[in-house]
Amino acid sequence: MQSNQFIVSLLVSNHAGVLTRISSLFARRSFNIESLTVGVTQDPSLSRMTIVSWGDEYLREQIVKQLHKLVDVKKVQLMDQDRIVVRELMIVKIKLEDGKLAEVMQAVNAYRANVVDLSPSSIAVEITGEPTKLNAFLNFLSKYEIIEMCRTGPTALGRGSYCLENEP
Amino acid sequence: MQVMVISLQIPADREYPSIQEALQWNHCRAFFYMWASGSAGVFAHTEKMEAKMVMTGARIVIETLLEHGVDTIFGYPGGSVIHIYDELYKKRGELRHYTTCHEQGAVHAADGYARVTGKPGVVIATSGPGATNLVTGIANAYLDSSPVVAITGNVPTHLLGRDSFQEVDISGITMPITKHNYIVKDIRALADTIHEAFSIACSGRPGPVLIDITKDVQTGTTEYEPSGCPTIHLPAQKKPADLDEKELDEAVQLIQAAERPYIYCGGGVVISNASEELLAFAENIDAPIGLSLMGLSAVPYVHPRFLGMVGMHGRYGATKILHESDLLIAVGTRFSDRSVGNKAEFLRNRKILQIDIDPAEIGKNLEVTLGLHGDAKAVLAALNSRMPRQRHAAWSRVVEDMKAHPDNNLEMDPARLTPQSIMDAVCRRMGEHVVATDVGQHQMWTSQYYRFKKPRTFITSGGLGAMGFGMGAAIGACIGSGKKRTVLFTSDGSFHMNMNEMATAVSNGLPLLVVLLNNHALGMVRQWQTLFFDGRYSHTMLDRRTDYVKLAEAFGAQGYRAETNEEFEQCLDAALRVQAPVLIECLIDSDERVLPMIPPGGSINDIILK
Repeated sequence: MQSNQFIVSLLVSNHAGVLTRISSLFARRSFNIESLTVGVTQDPSLSRMTIVSWGDEYLREQIVKQLHKLVDVKKVQLMDQDRIVVRELMIVKIKLEDGKLAEVMQAVNAYRANVVDLSPSSIAVEITGEPTKLNAFLNFLSKYEIIEMCRTGPTALGRGSYCLENEP
Repeated sequence: MQVMVISLQIPADREYPSIQEALQWNHCRAFFYMWASGSAGVFAHTEKMEAKMVMTGARIVIETLLEHGVDTIFGYPGGSVIHIYDELYKKRGELRHYTTCHEQGAVHAADGYARVTGKPGVVIATSGPGATNLVTGIANAYLDSSPVVAITGNVPTHLLGRDSFQEVDISGITMPITKHNYIVKDIRALADTIHEAFSIACSGRPGPVLIDITKDVQTGTTEYEPSGCPTIHLPAQKKPADLDEKELDEAVQLIQAAERPYIYCGGGVVISNASEELLAFAENIDAPIGLSLMGLSAVPYVHPRFLGMVGMHGRYGATKILHESDLLIAVGTRFSDRSVGNKAEFLRNRKILQIDIDPAEIGKNLEVTLGLHGDAKAVLAALNSRMPRQRHAAWSRVVEDMKAHPDNNLEMDPARLTPQSIMDAVCRRMGEHVVATDVGQHQMWTSQYYRFKKPRTFITSGGLGAMGFGMGAAIGACIGSGKKRTVLFTSDGSFHMNMNEMATAVSNGLPLLVVLLNNHALGMVRQWQTLFFDGRYSHTMLDRRTDYVKLAEAFGAQGYRAETNEEFEQCLDAALRVQAPVLIECLIDSDERVLPMIPPGGSINDIILK
């Protein structure tokens, strides 16, 4: 985790090529992307993106300003990290050695994770939470053999009246 | 009984291929009775014709162009735009199309046209190679903020993504070099897309927009309704009325506190047509003006406030005085590395007020004290109205003394044919005319020596520095200036890149004066090799055997060669007698250098004068 990490939320047009425009902007201007999530909103013409990036004050400002210039970007906001809910989803499949199920289940319960698949030789667990919680869970699992895993990257929403509005 | 009464009122400025079309034409307020043959008086009466009518996509392209006031197009036909060209044929009385030799020439022409007129330049190219040949020109327009609308055809939608014949993803290719681009796969979106494209290209900070139109969209039909060219407001674009009062007040305070203010302007001042406001501002705050390459022609060369170009090959006094100022007021410039050099030296002991229409430019390349977001013309006018008149007697003396400084002199050797004597001679005879350049030493000599009088008379590839820009750009500029005589300064290196466009100039009888400075070398790179690579002239001495006089004649133009100033004057005499393309080859020394020069990343302290 970078200490100078920040989250940018965007409302963008929901049509083909928008993701490319945004990722290509980041690539060509040497902006960092830690993660990017995107999904359609209650207005089907708009998608909401959450980009986690890192960098100094200059980069933050440039990222927001350059994103703002894209025609398909309707709203950009550098999120105030104290006023947002951040969640990420992770699914981890671990190798199940004999007699280890109970131990794994204890951790699953402690972390409020869910078992989503169980086979004689493996167990798949989903966990949702702040990235730090996911990291802690992953850290715990490191004593087992992780067969494969995936993380969605964080997505974020402002609390209460702190909203992204589709107004220029 | 058969009754037929037709009464038509059609716009006088439009030609109609047939009455049928006139009846359908949406602008035409026709009162008419429709007659159905054979039947007994089927009668229809319409007070005002329905605004909508059914058209092909290709026709919609042409109609929307006309709606946006386009009367000039540059382009090159091909299989994927053949339907658009067919519609163009029908409207050839209203839309003049110039066919170049290569799509690159066409897009540079559209760019040159846009810069001279301030109107959007339109270019059409076919799919695949036609589209990829536009890429350099689009990048050029992007880096110099020129409003170019590029229309390309593409294969039919069902063949997209299958590596079909002449298929390329041109919207993907041009994504980083356009302000925005589109691929139209649904004819219902076509008209709105074109309107949006014009609006985006021309508003705020202008730039190129590309519209890729699949062939089935061109051949399909839909209802079309003239929309009155809606303006699309991007969130980042503020209108002049939105100037921030608080920022303006802060700017006024900053300027009032300054003892040695300096105004440094870029292309934004030309684009914004802010020359008058700029000169008033300079008087008002008693400050000298330096211009970037793109800013040249914004103020008259001979104006007492003007010190010259700033930057790598800027005038000594312009750069030196900048480094002695305590406040730099930057208008419409992005502080490119070529103008700034060493950032730390550029910023030392100096506050910076940056005015730009693009908020992302404020603070992008240099940390500034204060940014003012807005159109240059509006911001300068607002500052002028708020600014009490300033006087800086001591600073003015410093500036005046600098003008007389020996290092600021532009000495000319009258005995030889030199870049300076060439510029001087052309300028004396054609000072009011539009001048385009290619890229390299001759471009810098033009920027140093040419005495521009009016804005939009200097057309050059600034940001991209694209050799080969000149021929196309000069053609576009010539057409944009009403086919007035236009000068192109070029060189043996640049000219060889796109000299084919001489044929375009000849075909269209354009009074283009091509002044080719032949130093038998890629002079600018050679100069760097002299200065920084101990004279290792790797591949920069051109062993061309081109006979430019014969070449010009082969193209159907006139060609002359000059080795002395007298000969050059005689060539000019001859050239100015004809209203057609003329090329004058000027033989200059291979060792002619562009001076002064501040090495890349250097400051005024590193300036090379001799």
